[in-house]
Amino acid sequence: MAKPRKFSPTRRNFLKGAAVAGAASLTPPIAPIASATVRKPETVTPLQDARAETAVPPEVDVLTTDHCGSDFMVDVLRSLDIEYVCANPGSSFRALHESVVNYGGNQKPEFITCCHEESSVGMAHGYSKIEGKPLGVLAHGTVGLQHAAMAVYNAYCDRVPIFIIVGNTIDATMRRPGVEWMHSVQDAASIVRDFIKWDDTPISLQHFAESAARAYKITMTPPMEPVLIVADSELQERPLAEKDKLRLQRVTRTAPPQGDSGAVAEAAKLLVAAQTPVIIADRAARTAAGMKYLVELAEALQAPVIDQGGRMNFPSRHPLNQSGRGRGLIADADVILGLELTDFWGSVNAYRDQLERGSRRLTKTGAKLISITAGDLYMKSNYQDFERYPEVDIAMAADAEATLPALTEAVKRLITADHKNAFQTRGSKLASAHQAALEQSRLDATYGWDASPITTARMFAEVWAQIKNEDWSLVSSSQTNWASRLWNFDKYHRFIGGSGGAGVGYGAPAAVGAALANKKYGRLTVNIQNDGDLMYAPGVLWTAAHHRIPLLSVMHNNRAYHQEVMHLQRMANRHNRGIERASIGTTIEDPNIDYSKLAQSMGLYAEGPVTDPKDLGPAIKRAIAAVKRGEPALVDVVTQPR
Amino acid sequence: MSVFVLLLALLAQTPAPRGNAETGKALFAKIGCYQCHGREAQGSTATGPRLNQNPITFTRFVSYIRKPTGEMPPYSAKVVSEQQAADIFAFLQSLPKPPAVESIPLLRP
Repeated sequence: MAKPRKFSPTRRNFLKGAAVAGAASLTPPIAPIASATVRKPETVTPLQDARAETAVPPEVDVLTTDHCGSDFMVDVLRSLDIEYVCANPGSSFRALHESVVNYGGNQKPEFITCCHEESSVGMAHGYSKIEGKPLGVLAHGTVGLQHAAMAVYNAYCDRVPIFIIVGNTIDATMRRPGVEWMHSVQDAASIVRDFIKWDDTPISLQHFAESAARAYKITMTPPMEPVLIVADSELQERPLAEKDKLRLQRVTRTAPPQGDSGAVAEAAKLLVAAQTPVIIADRAARTAAGMKYLVELAEALQAPVIDQGGRMNFPSRHPLNQSGRGRGLIADADVILGLELTDFWGSVNAYRDQLERGSRRLTKTGAKLISITAGDLYMKSNYQDFERYPEVDIAMAADAEATLPALTEAVKRLITADHKNAFQTRGSKLASAHQAALEQSRLDATYGWDASPITTARMFAEVWAQIKNEDWSLVSSSQTNWASRLWNFDKYHRFIGGSGGAGVGYGAPAAVGAALANKKYGRLTVNIQNDGDLMYAPGVLWTAAHHRIPLLSVMHNNRAYHQEVMHLQRMANRHNRGIERASIGTTIEDPNIDYSKLAQSMGLYAEGPVTDPKDLGPAIKRAIAAVKRGEPALVDVVTQPR
Repeated sequence: MSVFVLLLALLAQTPAPRGNAETGKALFAKIGCYQCHGREAQGSTATGPRLNQNPITFTRFVSYIRKPTGEMPPYSAKVVSEQQAADIFAFLQSLPKPPAVESIPLLRP
């Protein structure tokens, strides 16, 4: 966004008396911070007054300094191992921006130019899902953070660490007249405080260092959530004096909370004794280790796993992966273990969206429910992402990944030879069901195989054929489950889950951010890009091209906000009228958007629209060749709705 | 056998209105069936089941669209006539079988 700037040459002349005239350019004086804070209120020179630009400066003015507060802020970011800062440039953090690119040499952090603050945060979201740590976001404390808010909410719902720094000019007498007042705020974090974990407004550089360290520690402790620090513009721009007195803080990561040992033992007892146990995982695996731990537990019990896809929890081709059979297994279960479930209630109840809304419990009478979630440790009241209250039998306020090893050990200790025989029988049946589901998926994919618009099954099959021998990473969640039905997800980086808050506009920037993280590992990053999502802030494609971020985007272009098409149809049917008009206000047609031209205009290799399924494979192949050259590429595919 | 039961039996045997598959195809798109079931009625596990090669009787078909037991929006007689339902039913019955899975290299294990 363009932010009109005004320049007041007298704004920063607070070092009056600190240096003699003419000496500034030779030996820039560095005044102690304490003296810099003692200032007289300025007489503001109107911009329209040409004298402001041409008048001889007062003798006492010091116009330059070799180091400023934001240099130290860069040191702080570097100490926290922040690799990148994503930002749309803004005057309230202009000094920090300049320090990043000049003082810091634009390395660790490197400045990533974004065209919208929502893209900055979306990129940070995707990056965190791959890298497991936060990326920095810089934004205006007002208009920038307002733009960013939806993406922050997604990250909050998705339990993702993001380190946000917003610029603000707290001291009213230091604000330039005009825009800088509009871009200043008493309490910058207030607009997002309901959906971040912590924030602070430091008033000294040492305060900034300590709060930044604290923020990092908090954002990285499960449940991980975004944090925000306000960087006062005066603090940024003021000359840096007595740097030696400033200290960077050592950050010791907080060990994630493990389930209570008594509760773990009780849960193990229930699971081993169960005839039909089921494990449901949503955001269970925070790291590759989490996926391994879940496999160990499932194999010890020979229990089915339903992966709800909040993270890459469980290999898709593992015989115990029964994600496609969720409802039937839940109905038959005598013990259900829920790991970091967004919605435990919704997992064990069916809810009907008809005129008379109603629900029914899916589980049989007497079924025991065990919950392990760090969500129980942290909850806010305003936004309702905590879902409906679940009645469970054992609730562990703990991080699932941290608890799984202890639970698996406790399970193993209880398993007898008889158990092992029964478990093997159970496992064999589940393996057969898994194989049958796989075969059914292939059969289902044949329907409409040669259709145009192209079926989503065909699209996913065509993409899979081109990537299966690469080290690929799918960084988008789809409205269909064809990827999990047809692709072999065998490593943690194969999938990063979804948006969290279902805020549209997440997909494209998160994919670019995840691709940024994947770049150093040489992975082929794949994004199935929804059309409506891309149109929120397509400028992120330019960011990908500008920063040479290799990413394959394949458009799932159904020319609609299709979820809303279905919602409108539901309402029209319910009201017995206008059932032919669900497309009004919900489709993206007339004119159709040419996404390949859109992408090409921003420097991407792009093809499409592809409407004939026979053309799709070769188009994807050519796009992958571009990605392997280090570029982002896009193939626009006109598809069936879902 | 009472007259009432006889009447019911006769109703059950009443043949479906003769449907027009071409008209049904257009209706399938126009009134939104494709939204959940796909334009080829191929279905989606996320939205609606496959209707292609998934035979049910016309009576069952009409009964379900009028009063669906699941998530499907109801298509009452006020918005879809019996004849229109028959047209859609004819379209679904006219859909060709898909190619054999073994004949598609991309779908081989």
